Amino acid sequence: MDNLPQIVSVLGDGIPETVIATLGGVLLTIVLSFGAGLLLLSPSRTVRGVTRVYVEGFRGTSEVVQLFWIYFVLPVLVGFQLLPLFAGIVVLGLNHGAYGAEIVRGAIRSVPRAQYEGAIALSLSPAQRMRRVIFPQAFVEMLPPFNNLFIQLLKSTAILALITVPEVTRQAREVLIPNYGSDTLLIFGVTFVIYLVLAGLITLGMRLLERVASARLGRRPSRAARQAAKATAGVAS
Amino acid sequence: MPPPDTTASTPGSTTEPMIVFDGVEKRFGSNVVLKDLSFTVAPGEHVTLIGPSGSGKTTILRLLMTLEQLDEGTISVGGRYLSHELRGGKLTPPREKYLRDVRKHIGMVFQQFNLFPNMTVRGNLIEGPTRVLGLSKAEANSRAEELLDLVGLKEKIDAHPTQLSGGQQQRVAIARALAMRPDVLLLDEVTSALDPELVTGVLKLLQDIGESTDITILCVTHEMGFARDFSHRVMMFDGGRVLEDAPPDKLFTDPDHQRTKDFLHAVLDH
Amino acid sequence: MPLWDWNYAFDILPDLLLALVTTIEITVLGSVVALLLGLVFAVLRRLHIPVLDQVLWAFVEVVRSTPLLVQVFFLFFVLPQFGITLSAFVVGVVGLGIHYATYTSEVYRAGIDAIPKGQWEACTALSLPRLRVWTGVILPQAVPRVLPALGNYVISMFKEVPLLLAIGVVEVVNEARELGSLTFRYTEPYTIAGLLFLLLSYPASMLVRRLERRRAAA
Repeated sequence: MDNLPQIVSVLGDGIPETVIATLGGVLLTIVLSFGAGLLLLSPSRTVRGVTRVYVEGFRGTSEVVQLFWIYFVLPVLVGFQLLPLFAGIVVLGLNHGAYGAEIVRGAIRSVPRAQYEGAIALSLSPAQRMRRVIFPQAFVEMLPPFNNLFIQLLKSTAILALITVPEVTRQAREVLIPNYGSDTLLIFGVTFVIYLVLAGLITLGMRLLERVASARLGRRPSRAARQAAKATAGVAS
Repeated sequence: MPPPDTTASTPGSTTEPMIVFDGVEKRFGSNVVLKDLSFTVAPGEHVTLIGPSGSGKTTILRLLMTLEQLDEGTISVGGRYLSHELRGGKLTPPREKYLRDVRKHIGMVFQQFNLFPNMTVRGNLIEGPTRVLGLSKAEANSRAEELLDLVGLKEKIDAHPTQLSGGQQQRVAIARALAMRPDVLLLDEVTSALDPELVTGVLKLLQDIGESTDITILCVTHEMGFARDFSHRVMMFDGGRVLEDAPPDKLFTDPDHQRTKDFLHAVLDH
Repeated sequence: MPLWDWNYAFDILPDLLLALVTTIEITVLGSVVALLLGLVFAVLRRLHIPVLDQVLWAFVEVVRSTPLLVQVFFLFFVLPQFGITLSAFVVGVVGLGIHYATYTSEVYRAGIDAIPKGQWEACTALSLPRLRVWTGVILPQAVPRVLPALGNYVISMFKEVPLLLAIGVVEVVNEARELGSLTFRYTEPYTIAGLLFLLLSYPASMLVRRLERRRAAA
């Protein structure tokens, strides 16, 4: 226990990198999820096909391979090297965006047909139907699975340790293990706590958002939806 | 249909009752479903519970099947407590092992059949006899075939429940309950989920079973014609209490309470 | 130097395929752990045994909310201090298995919860012994329903195996890295590694989706 202060301080140094990677990844994930999710619903076969290639390509390969490819192979092809943290964010975003696209597509498709028909009966334009009627309802449905997806993303930031990003896991493995070899239990105990707290913060934020979004629809957040999301976490399809 | 033999309906006066409810109260949260309910049912007696929905009829059957726990009072079946376990002369909450033993003597047919979809008709029928009563496969099979013959579904023995119509499923469910050779049979709105044209057949079957066995039967139904032909006694429930308890001839033709009249009027209109 | 060297690509292919066998072995063994342990978790949780219930809940939440890589490091570095030294391969199987057991337990739970209440009541009405209720009625209905979801997790596990290169397991990506370090050509090894994953996991997920649709239609 004597080394606890040093251990906390070294791991603490990694927190900013982990947080930046998570926030950056989440931001890119949101953009790609909605972009690709809507494109997957496009009436054009070509558009859907191209988007499918992106989604299946990233869902079908290993995240570690994607990371190594962008960090080690891409520079050979394009002639410049990405900063490790930046490369990490790009991979986290591309990978989780592919999963998120399916969440968005699924949620929009799950809005009952009657809602479309009602919107058509009111002579709303396709864009209005989506924006005014369909999307607000689908959005609430997306929040529980997105909560899981973001926690997956947080957990995935650990693999950035493999490309030298000094985030929490790398601090534990590369700085602490060689120096405080007898305190491994403590080192990983504190590491677990850090990730648990960060995951808790994500859940807290998403629950708040869920409450606001549900209230706007005059509903209460659905426990059932959250439970259902839990059973498909990580492989949301 | 001739009225049932009334001499068979009064053995309760001389022998031990089969079912005893004594001061039973059942609450769901703050909602009191049954209030200070006491009644007895004699061995071999057929009792039908009628009354508006929410009056607690189904709860009585579910208490007897130990699907619900009561809040006050006691229930016993065949001279043994069902709601409690007698240990060292004291009434204690029943243990699972004890309940399992008491339950063996009680069978139930549900509104939604509740057949096991992962088993064939045969599987459903031999499950209890082999696993609970310890019958051999051969014995259980011959019992199953006998009962399927009785309910007129012998050729469906290897079918899956999903391949059967609602009426057929309910016949299988009745056979499944009988395969346990219960002393008490509980029928919980067994025809409510059936298409109208299938109701008569199932009721006829129950009538036959009632006449050919000495099982004590408690029945919740909205089929007043059946209640009249089938039961020795009808109990009218309202607000968790027995409003009226009389032989069917009396209750259906000359009830004491206006509330019973109104209820009968309402259901017979449909 | 060309961007893509076919000769080199064919030279390294056999080594990569050999490493892929290790990846598949870990996936299969890890899946066995995840599928069995997850079922045990789900059933134990459903029994609501005091203390054990809370302990299991906490365990599942911690494992689900923290990185697999950290858990693998934990098994690899901490256990030896308590006299338990496992090979990197075994740590991989156990780590992956336990991590995914916390996911599969949720899947089983959802499957068990989806069994209508009437099925439990019918079991009570037939006085079936508790073990038989599970093995004869509940699980035979719950497990087939969740097979597609379980299949998806097996595919996820397969894609997470490369993480084990961090503790020296020689799976496909680690092999690719070593091959690349000999020649300083990484394009072919990593690209082939990626394609191998796609080649296996895409058809597998198509298969799962077909299964899903068949289940939904049935």
